[in-house]
Amino acid sequence: MTLNDLQQVLSTPEFTKAVLHTVIAQDEMTLVIQADALLEVAKKLHDDFQFEQLVDLAGVDYSTFGDSEWDTTHATSTGFSRGVDASHLKTHVGSRFAVAYQLLSYTHNMRLRLKVFLDDEWPEVESVTPIWPGANWFEREAFDLFGILFRNHPDLRRILTDYGFIGHPFRKDFPLIGNVEMRYDATLNRVVYEGVEIEPRTLVPRVIRHDNRYKEQES
Amino acid sequence: MSEFKNYTVNFGPQHPAAHGVLRLVLELDGETVVRADPHVGLLHRGTEKLAESKPFNQSIGYMDRLDYVSMMCNEHAYVMAIEKLLGITPPKRAEYIRVMFAEITRILNHLMWLASNALDLGGMSVFLYAFREREDLMDCYEAASGARMHAAYFRPGGVYRDLPAQMPQYQPSPFRSQKACDKINTNRQGGLLDFIEDFTKRFPKCIDEYETLLTDNRIWKQRTVGIGAVTQERALALGLTGPMLRSTGYAWDLRKKQPYSVYSELDFKVPVGSAGDCYDRYVVRMAEMRESNKIITQCIKWLKENPGEVMLPDHKITPPKREAMKAEMESLIHHFKLFTEGYCVPEGEVYVATEHPKGEFGVYLISDGANKPYRLKVRPPDFAHLSAMNELIKGHMLADVPALIATLDIVFGDIDR
Repeated sequence: MTLNDLQQVLSTPEFTKAVLHTVIAQDEMTLVIQADALLEVAKKLHDDFQFEQLVDLAGVDYSTFGDSEWDTTHATSTGFSRGVDASHLKTHVGSRFAVAYQLLSYTHNMRLRLKVFLDDEWPEVESVTPIWPGANWFEREAFDLFGILFRNHPDLRRILTDYGFIGHPFRKDFPLIGNVEMRYDATLNRVVYEGVEIEPRTLVPRVIRHDNRYKEQES
Repeated sequence: MSEFKNYTVNFGPQHPAAHGVLRLVLELDGETVVRADPHVGLLHRGTEKLAESKPFNQSIGYMDRLDYVSMMCNEHAYVMAIEKLLGITPPKRAEYIRVMFAEITRILNHLMWLASNALDLGGMSVFLYAFREREDLMDCYEAASGARMHAAYFRPGGVYRDLPAQMPQYQPSPFRSQKACDKINTNRQGGLLDFIEDFTKRFPKCIDEYETLLTDNRIWKQRTVGIGAVTQERALALGLTGPMLRSTGYAWDLRKKQPYSVYSELDFKVPVGSAGDCYDRYVVRMAEMRESNKIITQCIKWLKENPGEVMLPDHKITPPKREAMKAEMESLIHHFKLFTEGYCVPEGEVYVATEHPKGEFGVYLISDGANKPYRLKVRPPDFAHLSAMNELIKGHMLADVPALIATLDIVFGDIDR
């Protein structure tokens, strides 16, 4: 079975209402599906198309997607400051959070990526642990780092961050240096948490150059 | 009569058999494990978030520090993901060098696993033997990249530099006489490839030594046979890959099934087990070392016959030669732009999976067209393995816990990231 065959199969009516769109790029297929149809589609893919394994599950925060910190289109007529005022940034439109599932079919030797976009304020999606038990920790990780909630997850606890950690560190609005720092206080004889002292700084600005070499590939 | 209840034991995070900073909360009924709850994240450094704040090339060094016993294999997946988005293919010689080092790394990883696994179960001498061979392979790393462990040798577009024509030699010192130096320098007279070739000739005998100590050892078998067994269906469902899956009898190897780099041109076998227990995982990994040795031999042969470039000449992505940079304006500009800003990667997303020594190591890379990754997600194989631990250890004894942890082949660098 090739990717095109799979696309044919997936264009049956029961799939088309759940699948928002299909992308094939770099020999990889991505199905963007409606969040509330996830479990149904996942079950079909697992049972009827032999996607036996959920290889990976990744949360994504799209809130700063396409934002450039460096002006590349206008000449330096105003001096050398090319830095972009952060308050004007907001290139990305659409849902903020997404979950990407990498599926692998051992029978057909094929990979497929499922993607669901979630609500900005209350990112919640059905857990796929009943279908792929291996999703358990990956979902805990996405919950911990992005604050994405997985409905009916057997054990949705934080996994990578510290006990008692506040916030979701991989969200784009969480500073790279964090919010609190920890040290041992000799007078109090215990560990204390304080606000971070160091200032965040950018060594290399984020630059997006609209490179003509890649024009053909994109269209 | 008093009533016995289950009790919980805290194992780690500072336990010699915990292979790093694993904290395990074990619920015991007598000496039988009822439930294991691994607490991970004590080594969480936010590698993926750090990568989002740096140009693509600057994160290669972080990849080494993920699974810090199979450094170049991590780099391989990351570098291939960037190359896939950029749509470039490195020169063939670079691919062969990468594969050769990926297999050297596989041996390094398996030796480390073997050493610690044996040590956990009481076999001290295997540990010493395995580290003897690791030392030679570390020297290969050092000769090629300049660093013994964290090499940062693979770059998008090739490898950092060609293999050295002269293997570094030991120099006499107050601690080592000329005579002693001459003795250990005997296999270092030629280039790096000659040194590795000499190693590949010696190594099968070394594996025989380890096997003599362990394979038919009664105590070793008592500690590993039937421990932590998993069926093929369950292994797939739980996300187990690599030797963990192959030990159940499933001949799934990404190097064969979805060949990347030049693996399709190389001849090797995929060893499988049958029972899916600790002993079979041991057998599979030992056999894998022999296969890796074979692959390295083939790579050496090819590399000796085919000299050439090891880096793409596209200086929008790879740095120009140092001499050129000093003499030509164009090269200077390329060099400056590359090291201050990096290169922009076209918008898109890729998932690249490689057959890492521990299993499927994947890199999911999303780019929005910037000089830094928008999102980098690393799929560590042992994260999935450790998550299956509760199921694998249920019903076994407390003393089997180290045996299982060791054969899961976990390293916290990439579980916690």
